[in-house]
Amino acid sequence: MPNTRPRNRWSEFALEALIRVLGFSSIGFVLLIFLFLLREGVPLFFEVPLDQLFGVGWYPTFNLFGMLPLILGSVLITLTAIVIAVPLGVATAVFVREAAPGWAREILKPTIEVLAGIPSVVLGFFGMTVVAPLVRETLGVPTGLTAFAGALILAYMALPTIISVAEDALDAVPKSYRDAGLAMGATHWQTIWRVVVPAARSGIVVAVMLGMGRAIGETMAVMMITGNAARMPLSLDSLFRPARTMTATIAAEMGEVAQGSVHYHALFGIGIILFMLTFTINLAAASTIFKKRRRGGLR
Amino acid sequence: MSLLRPVHLWLAGVKRLAAVPPSPTRATCLRRLATGLFLLSLSGPGLACRPQPAAPGQAAPASVQTIENKGSDTLVNLALAWAEAYIAEQPEVRISVTGGGTGTGIAAMINGTVDIANASRAMKDEEITAAEANGIIPKEFVVAGDAIAVVVHPSNPVNQLTLGQISDIYTGEITNWREVGGADRPIVLLSRESNSGTYVYFLENVIRQGDADSSLLFSPDTLLMPSSEGISAEVRQNPNAIGYDGLGYVTPDQKMLAVAPDAAGPYVLPSVETVKDGSYPISRALYMYTAGEPAGDIRAYLDWILGPGQALVPELGFVPLY
Repeated sequence: MPNTRPRNRWSEFALEALIRVLGFSSIGFVLLIFLFLLREGVPLFFEVPLDQLFGVGWYPTFNLFGMLPLILGSVLITLTAIVIAVPLGVATAVFVREAAPGWAREILKPTIEVLAGIPSVVLGFFGMTVVAPLVRETLGVPTGLTAFAGALILAYMALPTIISVAEDALDAVPKSYRDAGLAMGATHWQTIWRVVVPAARSGIVVAVMLGMGRAIGETMAVMMITGNAARMPLSLDSLFRPARTMTATIAAEMGEVAQGSVHYHALFGIGIILFMLTFTINLAAASTIFKKRRRGGLR
Repeated sequence: MSLLRPVHLWLAGVKRLAAVPPSPTRATCLRRLATGLFLLSLSGPGLACRPQPAAPGQAAPASVQTIENKGSDTLVNLALAWAEAYIAEQPEVRISVTGGGTGTGIAAMINGTVDIANASRAMKDEEITAAEANGIIPKEFVVAGDAIAVVVHPSNPVNQLTLGQISDIYTGEITNWREVGGADRPIVLLSRESNSGTYVYFLENVIRQGDADSSLLFSPDTLLMPSSEGISAEVRQNPNAIGYDGLGYVTPDQKMLAVAPDAAGPYVLPSVETVKDGSYPISRALYMYTAGEPAGDIRAYLDWILGPGQALVPELGFVPLY
């Protein structure tokens, strides 16, 4: 029922304006951060020749700024983490939403959300003292501080995000879909796997992308357990060797770098590349959803 | 750098100061995790734990000077110990000690934000040029000696290495302990991060063996650990590992190796005595820098460090000047 009294119209106008300003300012802040990143990082691409920039040696103390090992290190660790986390996460979401009895769901959902709140430095310490020795002893590799140990911890960190978003996507599938599946004579399992999960597919893709964003941006835990060796992860055993990520490099080196030096610009340059990577991931996620919608699929 | 903005802890009174960690390992964690800055103050016993210069009614000194002291993480524990002991004798002086690294400390001294910069290496030429451009002629004081110990897992049968062997190990020439008389195990290289003064010192004096024309670098397989604690944690549990760190940071559960300049050598274990008599080959001086010739309280403090303060040096695992 529309209220036409002038006082309310005014307060409504004020509220609307406020909300609009807040909404646009968040976009503005993102733009400003991006501009800052560009201002501090772009000089690098003029100071260091491009072939050296994408070379294989990262020795900032000796003016060697080859970023390739760092980029590949981040990609390797993130992809491995996602390969571990996605099947587990989606399966857990399906279990929580479709199979678990009501009381179990009431316990599981909040517990999983609590997992997301564990500080990454705690997980890093756990990884350093428990996971890394375990990896070394069970796999017989020279050191446990490897890309694999990092990926395990990252997978653990991405899981709550993936589970909770995927669960929401499953939850949004209309009851009529399930009823129709069951009415056609499909079993509970067939209904879940052939009807409900495909219908929630775009939501699940978003869950995976968000989990990936969490993994690629993670710093502290990764810095503590991947060994931070800037080596090219090209051989087959690279997963079980140390690796250095872009985020850990920025965090480890930003503390003592002289402002305005080539090294300082290089760290911001890494920031730009990281930003573009996550931006591409998000764009890919958005376009999947968009395509799906246009074809008349669900959500 | 806002990342490293220190947490301010105001401490007053001798008893409170006793709570500041004396052991290097605990101090390492503390330094990394919690705080870089301790402001030590003794003016007025019974004063509340507040940054007031003096209690009301008490004759406040005309100028309570705070000596700002910042720089090398290697030196931070020693600098703290000196500050604590000094203000116990000179209650009217305040000293604030911050870590952050040699480069940070020197940059702050050049910018005039600190009075004394702690450094685990001598100032570089470009730093001196930058200081002179700012109208500052840095004055150097050697305040203590330090040795870098090479450490392995206690179960490692290797007891001694030459500098050449250590260099070959860290450049990736030697990759198996068998080649230096150990078990048939791969070698895992551990190092501090590249912005640590210890990293630069080790590279120039061990890997390159002091040869200025050498372009040898750490092997890309070297694990760069963000802290001393990271190195000791890995050395403690991994029989393949080799690491290095300041003598003051080596915990008893790591095994130190005897080092010789060459195969003819005598192999010498690092200790206060062997560094003092010059027989241990990997040792260095630790410095403090002031902006120009120091005066007043700063002068008095540095004189005290070079005099009675040296008694504290061996307690922290460093090597006194005499």
